[in-house]
Amino acid sequence: MNRFRFTRKQLAIPYMVFLLLFVVMPLLVIIYFAFTNGDGQFTIANLITFFTNANTMGTLVYSAAVSVVSTLTCLLLAYPAAYILARGPWKHKSVLMMIFVLPMWINFTLRITALKEMLSVLEENLAYYPFWNTVIGMTYDFLPFMILPIYSTLVKLDDSLLEAAADLGAAPWQIFLKVTLPLSVPGIVSGVMMVFLPSMTNYVVLDMLYNSTYIMGSLIGSYFSADDWHNGSMIALILLTIIFTVSVVAGRYEDENMGNRGGALL
Amino acid sequence: MAQNLENIIELKHISKAFADGFVAVEDFNLEIKKGEFVTFLGPSGCGKTTTLRMIAGFELPSSGEILLSGEDISRLSPNERPINTVFQRYALFPHLNIYDNVAFGLKLKKLPKEEIVKKVQRVLEMVDLAGFENRKVTTLSGGQQQRIAIARALVNEPDILLLDEPLGALDLKMRQEMQLELKMMHERLGITFIYVTHDQEEALTMSDKIVVMAEGRIQQVGTPEEIYNEPQNAFVADFIGESNIFNGLMTDKLRVRFCGAEFVCLDDIPEGSPVDVVVRPEDVIMTTVEAGRIRGIVHSVIFKGMHYEITVLSGKNEVVIRSTKAAELGGQIGLNIEPDGIHVMPVEQIMNQFEGVLTKAYKLAFMGQEYDCDVVSLFGGAFMKEGVLYDTDGEEIDTEDVKVSLSVSPEDIIMSDNAKEGIICGHIINLIYKGDHYHYVVRTDDEQDVIIDDEYLWNMNDYVSLVIPAEKLAMEIKR
Repeated sequence: MNRFRFTRKQLAIPYMVFLLLFVVMPLLVIIYFAFTNGDGQFTIANLITFFTNANTMGTLVYSAAVSVVSTLTCLLLAYPAAYILARGPWKHKSVLMMIFVLPMWINFTLRITALKEMLSVLEENLAYYPFWNTVIGMTYDFLPFMILPIYSTLVKLDDSLLEAAADLGAAPWQIFLKVTLPLSVPGIVSGVMMVFLPSMTNYVVLDMLYNSTYIMGSLIGSYFSADDWHNGSMIALILLTIIFTVSVVAGRYEDENMGNRGGALL
Repeated sequence: MAQNLENIIELKHISKAFADGFVAVEDFNLEIKKGEFVTFLGPSGCGKTTTLRMIAGFELPSSGEILLSGEDISRLSPNERPINTVFQRYALFPHLNIYDNVAFGLKLKKLPKEEIVKKVQRVLEMVDLAGFENRKVTTLSGGQQQRIAIARALVNEPDILLLDEPLGALDLKMRQEMQLELKMMHERLGITFIYVTHDQEEALTMSDKIVVMAEGRIQQVGTPEEIYNEPQNAFVADFIGESNIFNGLMTDKLRVRFCGAEFVCLDDIPEGSPVDVVVRPEDVIMTTVEAGRIRGIVHSVIFKGMHYEITVLSGKNEVVIRSTKAAELGGQIGLNIEPDGIHVMPVEQIMNQFEGVLTKAYKLAFMGQEYDCDVVSLFGGAFMKEGVLYDTDGEEIDTEDVKVSLSVSPEDIIMSDNAKEGIICGHIINLIYKGDHYHYVVRTDDEQDVIIDDEYLWNMNDYVSLVIPAEKLAMEIKR
């Protein structure tokens, strides 16, 4: 009699089914649409269209600009904050960290609406600075994702390394530049990825702050709304490739054992 | 002053109290001569590492001063001191390769590149790791990392090299090899080494001078031979090597009585003083029952390779013997000890001191409890009339909040494992076997150290409750 034996492998079945239905299948569908035309024939015309159309290329450049500026702003704000949190003389670091992460627990649209109201009061008309409003919105939204990984690398930093540097003659600023900063690079890379990639596509921030310019996310949306699945899929695929490339390149700089990026708090 | 010139470093009345009130080092005084190999030896928590960190500059002393070649450096930050450290866990920079790790200090000094290359090469050759320049730190074994850590410190040619248990993470064979190598390096370079360890064998092997520490204080300073052969107190004797420690009494000039017999000794201590007697196991001679001053029954015989370890019970005392000859288990045996094998030391002051206050109702309040107390004899010449206390002039004495110092002798305190039974609880932080009883130090929950003699064996770190019988408390008004 061959009885049913429960093994550890079978625990993976529910997720495998989910993965197939909602990740692999849609991906295949997108690839199919990206490389076919309205008649269902293979073509690379969609790819060429993207790189020759001034509108789509303009959107790519604008998205990249929003991402780069938002990421840099986040980094400049997050590093000192994470440093003070991690290395300061606090007794309850996790509580302080929680205060920084607390905004994440409030509904996203509610936060952006509040920000919109504040910016309206300050600027009178949001249409004056659409680009900078977007950067402020992105920064506000993604800042904790930058603080957390940097914080967790800094908090794990071995004090004896800093003492060794001082012992060998390094002044405090030299210790920072030669030891603390290089050793927090894995945290910076994680943070950059966690901010840079979503801010390429998060068009909700733009919409809510009345920025009518398209970024990659809204561009894809517009094609699908106009029933042009083929070009929409191609743009989605291109964006996927960009994100994949950035992740692979950045992954090399990440510490192998940087498992904990502090994501548990979110 | 001429003598002072050879002292490379002097520590004067150094104390260190941490923010939480813990006193790690207390009144530490030491002079170290140029080129000496000095070891701080003691159990964990004795303050040896804290002292080293104060010399390095990672901790600032709460009081006292550190003089380097006559100049006060106690307030300088670590990077301003010509002293380098080899850390316990090496603390090599994981983001730099071997060359950059070793060159770290030289680059900060802005030396010309050719000179740095030359110096790094030379020091790597010295630690037998030439050709490792481009390797990553993580690809090295523990022993190799240790050598790099030593090279990284030595390449700066410091006045003093500090080593904080540098061999603690290595296996036994590697440790013994490194001990010899360090010793040779020290002889070759002539740099002053200050070494911290809890391993007495390591300290005896390597040092010119050993500083034995316990509970933040220096117990003894001396050469390895002096520390081993002439321990100054029971702690040192117990910590360095195996020891039999007995309670004894000086019966005459150069005569001491312990284990129920009288012996000639070499230490001149006034007649009638209570003493601790230390006898090394290898100094006890086994003989026939008739010829032995001490007689006993062989309780256990353990073969240890080079020798046998034999335990003999003589009355209430237990004597450990190390001998190349075995003894018959359960047999009667006689023991002798030559005068030079007997180390006699005056007993440390061993009354426990506490503080209590009197209440209005003439009771003694002490550790949250009230005791009856004889207030009449406490105030000299006072008398009690109708329940009121008067002094010699007939004035009423207000006893409220009068402070009283209390003392209890160690054998009068009883330990219990029932937390409710005693008046205060604490952990056993030290124990020494003294022939027929154990000598304990209990650190109470409010950070007081209480000394207790008890014939029963408790374990280190046991949580015990202390019972102090009221009739054993000696009281005195505190002025």
